[in-house]
Amino acid sequence: MIRVILPPHLRSLAGVESEVTLTVDGTVTQRSILDALEARHPMLRGTMRDHATQQRRPLIRFFACQEDVSQLPADAPLPEEIASGNEPFLVVGAIAGG
Amino acid sequence: MTAVRILVGTRKGAFILGADGKRTSWNVSGPLFPGWEVYHVKGSPADPDCLYASQSSGWFGQIIQRSNDGGRTWEQPGSPAGVDPGAPDEATGLPRGESNKFVYDTSHEHGRPLTTHQWYDGTQRPWEFKRVWHLEPSLDDPETVYAGVEDAALFRTTDGCRTWHELPGLRGHESGPRWQPGAGGMCLHTILLDPRDSERMYVAISAAGAFRTDDGGTTWRPINRGLKSLYIPEPEAEVGHCVHRIVLHPSRPQVLFMQKHWDVMRSDDAGGTWREVSGNLPSDFGFPICVHAHEPETVYVVPIKSDSEHYPPEGKLRVYRSRTGGDQWQPLTRGLPQQDCYVNVLRDAMAVDELDPCGVYFGTTGGQVYGSADGGDSWAPIVRDLPAVLSVEVQTLT
Repeated sequence: MIRVILPPHLRSLAGVESEVTLTVDGTVTQRSILDALEARHPMLRGTMRDHATQQRRPLIRFFACQEDVSQLPADAPLPEEIASGNEPFLVVGAIAGG
Repeated sequence: MTAVRILVGTRKGAFILGADGKRTSWNVSGPLFPGWEVYHVKGSPADPDCLYASQSSGWFGQIIQRSNDGGRTWEQPGSPAGVDPGAPDEATGLPRGESNKFVYDTSHEHGRPLTTHQWYDGTQRPWEFKRVWHLEPSLDDPETVYAGVEDAALFRTTDGCRTWHELPGLRGHESGPRWQPGAGGMCLHTILLDPRDSERMYVAISAAGAFRTDDGGTTWRPINRGLKSLYIPEPEAEVGHCVHRIVLHPSRPQVLFMQKHWDVMRSDDAGGTWREVSGNLPSDFGFPICVHAHEPETVYVVPIKSDSEHYPPEGKLRVYRSRTGGDQWQPLTRGLPQQDCYVNVLRDAMAVDELDPCGVYFGTTGGQVYGSADGGDSWAPIVRDLPAVLSVEVQTLT
């Protein structure tokens, strides 16, 4: 079970509290997590990745095990702690003013 | 029982202000979508309880919201909260999660290549979607809505905002590479639907100018003859003018009024030619312009000091009214602050109701929404301390 923590704006958009838990088949990567997240909560499509290009939006960052993995390839495997659910996958809005 | 509902978009959410036909006592509900920029909220003329909102964020992009109950509850069209996962939608067959998908049409069959436009420094940049500035529901079909977006283009939905498709003839106009952004970005901010001719539509773009279609949006032509913009290299160019807002009265849709970057303008031939009607205004710079609901020659503007000083001249917040279709203007000051006032009124932040006498409303960047229940003769704040107001729309409910 994958655990995902969303920023408050996206939590309210998706109507979820604190963590989202997901099941991801195969290798756990940024792409597979986001695909599963958007399938569960379609209203999040376009808010983290561009609809057309599927590129990460510029002011969104991803963290895994206290590491910024935003610049890693979308299909790079994430740490086992994320895949096992011991650590959450964090979606973070870049700190750039209120 | 008549009532008035004001739909207010702000920098940090939306608000709905309601009153009965007397318009003396108001209730305020909100914030809706707290923390998000709401550029525009507008109701369907065909179904006043059907509202659409453009919600956006520099972080999370564009969201479209719809209410079917006059603003009490909202959902992203096609993706209601709590829906079981899976796509497409079982009932409609449409994909979920695409109500915020605005992709320029570059298809070989009917689209246009993703052309470039002029950047601030004169170089060419490709079109890139940023946000929806304005939503204009069809006059007779609640499921059909037009969206004016940044970078400037026009989109249309015919399924209640579940999916959007560009009308690419506008962006693909041969003048496109000469369009350039204004200070707020290269936005399509005004959409006017002709109530007498369903094929005719007007749009305005900063900073390209005004355009008209007579074939339902397939082809467009610039309608900027008579505009003179001293801040561009060729003041009477076909395109490149920073048009801030245009407006028409439904009883004679061939007459248009325009608040340009500088100059208040009028056209009596559907935009074929324009003449200046700034007359005795203390400044002809400004953003919004409105027409009285029952008097097509009565027009309202809010003069702003200059293109760099976005506040009222002399610190006095004055609406100016012309009852002669321009040229002669009178200041309306009763109830408005007449000293130390340095707010702005943005282009989509002024509207009228359809009651008699006509109500006039506007919101400020200082968070005030002012209303007049007597055509502008006197004003009172409806609410004083909202976030900066981006848009004001009014519904008259019967």
